[in-house]
Amino acid sequence: MEDEQSFSDICGGRLALQRRFYSPSCLEFSLSCPRITLRSLTAVTCTVWLAAYGLFTLCENSMILSAAIFITLLGLLGYLHFVKIDHETLLIIDSLGIQMTSSYASGKESTTFIEMGQVNDVVINEAIYMQKVIYYLCILLKDPVEPHGISQVVPLFQSAKPRLDCLIEVYRSCQDILAHQKATSTSLEGGDRIISASNRRSHSGMGAYWHRQEDKR
Amino acid sequence: MGLVSRGAAEAGLGAASAVDRPGPPDAVPNPTPTPPAEGADPGSSRPSMVLKAFFPTCCASADSGLLVGRWVPEQSSAVVLAVVHFPFIPIQVKELLAQVQQASQVGVTVLGTWCHRRQEPEESLGHFLEGLGAIFSHKPWFQLCRERGSKSWSCKATHWQGPASPAASGEDQVMLIFYDQRKVLLSQLHPPTALPNRQAGDTTASAGGLAAVFDTVARSEALFQSDRFDEGPVRLSHWQSEGMEASILVELAKWAAGPVCLFLACLLSLISAASACRVFKLWPLSFIWSKLSTCEQLRHRLEQLTLIFSTQKAESPAQLMRKANMLVSVLLDVALGLMLLSWLHRKDLIGQLADALIPVADHVAEELQHLLQWLMGAPAGLKMNRALDQVLGRFFLYHIHLWISYIHLMSPFIERILWHVGLSACLGLTVALSILSDIIALLTFHIYCFYVYGARLYCLKIHGLSSLWRLFRGKKWNVLRQRVDSCSYDLDQLFIGTLLFTILVFLLPTTALYYLVFTLLRLLVVAVQGLIHLLVDLINSLPLYSLGLRLCRPYRLAAGVKFRVLEHETGRPLRLLMQINPLPYSRVVHTYRLPTCGCHPKHSWGSLCRKLFFGELIYPWRQRGNKQD
Repeated sequence: MEDEQSFSDICGGRLALQRRFYSPSCLEFSLSCPRITLRSLTAVTCTVWLAAYGLFTLCENSMILSAAIFITLLGLLGYLHFVKIDHETLLIIDSLGIQMTSSYASGKESTTFIEMGQVNDVVINEAIYMQKVIYYLCILLKDPVEPHGISQVVPLFQSAKPRLDCLIEVYRSCQDILAHQKATSTSLEGGDRIISASNRRSHSGMGAYWHRQEDKR
Repeated sequence: MGLVSRGAAEAGLGAASAVDRPGPPDAVPNPTPTPPAEGADPGSSRPSMVLKAFFPTCCASADSGLLVGRWVPEQSSAVVLAVVHFPFIPIQVKELLAQVQQASQVGVTVLGTWCHRRQEPEESLGHFLEGLGAIFSHKPWFQLCRERGSKSWSCKATHWQGPASPAASGEDQVMLIFYDQRKVLLSQLHPPTALPNRQAGDTTASAGGLAAVFDTVARSEALFQSDRFDEGPVRLSHWQSEGMEASILVELAKWAAGPVCLFLACLLSLISAASACRVFKLWPLSFIWSKLSTCEQLRHRLEQLTLIFSTQKAESPAQLMRKANMLVSVLLDVALGLMLLSWLHRKDLIGQLADALIPVADHVAEELQHLLQWLMGAPAGLKMNRALDQVLGRFFLYHIHLWISYIHLMSPFIERILWHVGLSACLGLTVALSILSDIIALLTFHIYCFYVYGARLYCLKIHGLSSLWRLFRGKKWNVLRQRVDSCSYDLDQLFIGTLLFTILVFLLPTTALYYLVFTLLRLLVVAVQGLIHLLVDLINSLPLYSLGLRLCRPYRLAAGVKFRVLEHETGRPLRLLMQINPLPYSRVVHTYRLPTCGCHPKHSWGSLCRKLFFGELIYPWRQRGNKQD
C-alpha cells in the first residue's frame, strides 16, 4: 500500500515522502530531494566559460577554452555521480534490521544495513547547523560492552534534511515496529531489557558525524 | 518406515490449516483439528514471532522434497542449505546429515518440507506430510510451498506447544529471504571497524545474525560435494547440483605449486644465507649497506618472496590475500622494470644520460660557486662580517673544487656503471627508483657536507650564545640538577664572558645566513628523495590483488548485505532478496595494505622547526640498524 505526501526541507525546498507498507513488520520510506534546476546549471556553466574566456584573452592560448569545456563536462558528471542525491530510502524490517539507501542522480546507489541486534533506538535529535537549530532523525547503536549504553549515532536523511513534521511521521512508524520487536524479544528472552517508551527525548551520543555539530545535552 | 513414493508427493500440498503435530511418532493425532487463529493466540500472552527463512535461489525451481539446513534459535532464523528430493529412505537421510555434521561441525538437520506443485492439491498429501514431520521431528516445522509458473509462495511454521496446552498450536509468521548460495559461500564478511577504545575481543559479541548465516553456508561445503550425476542414495539440490564447479587452470596451478615452491624456497634460502654471511658485517660495508636505500628495498623484496614461496599453507583468508597481494605486487614491479629497461635501451638513453651527467654536475658546481660569491659580497643588501665571510666562503669554494676534480676523475667509468645499474631495473621498478635516489644522494654529497658544516657551526654558536647569555644575567646551567641556577661570577669572568657574547652576537648573521642557504638546499634534495621514496612505498604497499578482486568479483569482499523487497501480495508471506554489499575501495586498501619498510619521518612539523632553529642535524628517514649520530 503506497502513500505520498509533500513536505519541505530546512531551506524551504519541496520534498516528497513516499511511504510503502508491505506488511505490519516491513515499512519503507522514500524521501526525494529537490532536483537540479536548469537555472543553477546554466549559471555555473556560464561562470566557468566566462572565466575561461577571460583567461584566453590574457594568454591567447586556445587550449584554455577546450580545457574549460572538459572541466565543465567532467565536473557535471562527477557532481551527478558522487554528490547529488536523488532520493533517500529507509527500509525497516522487524527482527531483521534497518537499511538506508542513497540513490545518486546518475543511478548509483549506496546502501548501509544495520542489524536489529545493534539498534538501541530511533530518536529525533536537535543540532546546531550553521546559524540554525534543526531536528534530525537518528539511529542509536548499542554498545557491545555496556548493554544500556550507546556507542554510535547514525543520522538519517542527511541530504534531504526534512523538517520536524516529516520526521514525526517517520518516527512514529519506526517506533511502532521497534516496540513490537522489543516486546517480542523481551518475551523470548524473558530478560531484563528495558522497553523504551515512545516519547521524544534527546540523547547525547558519541558520533562525530555530519558537519561537526553540537548535540544539545 | 518404507520407501516413500514420489507420485503421492507430486500431487501437491494441501493448503490445509495447521494441525497440532504430536511429538512422539506413535501418538494419535488430534481427530478434530481446531483451526487456530493466525498469528497471536488468544490463550498465550506471547506476541506473534516473525521467523526468518533463508532460502537459496537455486532451489526455487527444484522439485518437491525436504528442506535441509540449520536452525539458529538466537535469531529465530532457519538457513536452508539444500533440498532432498523424493524418493528417499529416512534412515539414509539421517545418516547423510550425521556425516555432514561430523565433517563440518554445523548442526544440519531436516527443517521442513518443500512443495513445488503443479495442479490442485490432494487431501491425502496433508497427512503424508504430517507423517514426515513425525519422522524428522524439528521445532518449528516449516512447510514451504510454491505454485509452479507463478510467483505466489506460501509458508507456514508450526510449533508444538507442549502437553500443557494440546489444543492450541502456535503458528508464526515467516519471512522468506532469498540468497545466492554461491556468492554467500565465496564471500568474506568484513565487519565494520571497531571504535578505538574497544578491545579486539569485544567485536565478536556484536557479530550478528547475518554473520551466522554466512558462517553456516561457508562451513557446509561437505553438503555440497555431491551433484545430481552421483549415484548416491540421497538426491540433493543445491548450488552445485548441476555439476561441481572447478577450473582446469586452478587445478594445474595447485598441482604445479608444490614442487615450484619447494625449488624457489631452497633458492631463496641460499640467497639469504649468502647475504647474511660474515663478510658483509664488517664495518665499512655494513655502514654503506645501511645507508643505501637500494639494499633496504632488496632486503624487503627478498623477505616478501620468501613468504610467498614458503611451503606452509596459509592458515587464514587474510594470510592468503596477503600472499596474493605480495605476488601481484612483485610481478607488476618486475613488469614495470622490464618496460623501463626496454625504453632505456631502445632510445639509447643510458649513453645520453652518461654524456649529460658530467656537464650537469659541472653546471651545479658552477651555480654553487656563484652562490658562494654572492654570499661573500653583500647578499640581499645585508652587510656581512668581512673576515668570517671570506673564511667560510673560501673554505666552501675549495670543497667544491675538490668535488669537481673527483667527478672528472670518475667520468670515464660513468657510462659503464650506469649501464650495469640500468640492468638492475629488471629486478623491479622499485629497485631502479631506489638506485636513482641513491645516485642523487651521492651526487649531492657536497651539499650534504656543506649543510653539516653550516649546521654544526650554527649549533655551536647558538649554544655558546645561550650559555653566555645566562652568564650575562648571572645565571648558570646546573648539569646535576638539569636546571638554571643563579651563580656569582668573578669580575674577570664576567668581562671575558660579555666580550665573547658580543663577538658571537655580531657574527651571528653571517653564520645564520650560510646555515639558512645550505639548509634550504639540503631540504630541496631531501624533498626530491622523499618523493621517490613515496613512489616506491606506493608500489610496495598497494594491495593490487584485493583491488582487482573488488573490481571483478565484488561479492568476494563483503562489507555487509542489502535487502530488496520482492513483489508482495496481501496474505502471502513477505519475500526479500538478500544481496551482498561490496566493500568500498578505500576500506579495501586500508584493510589489505602491505607493510612497507617503515622509513617514514618520525618527527612532526613542530619538532622539525625546533631542530632547524637550534641547528640540530635532521635525518629525514631512519633506516633499520642505523646508529644515532
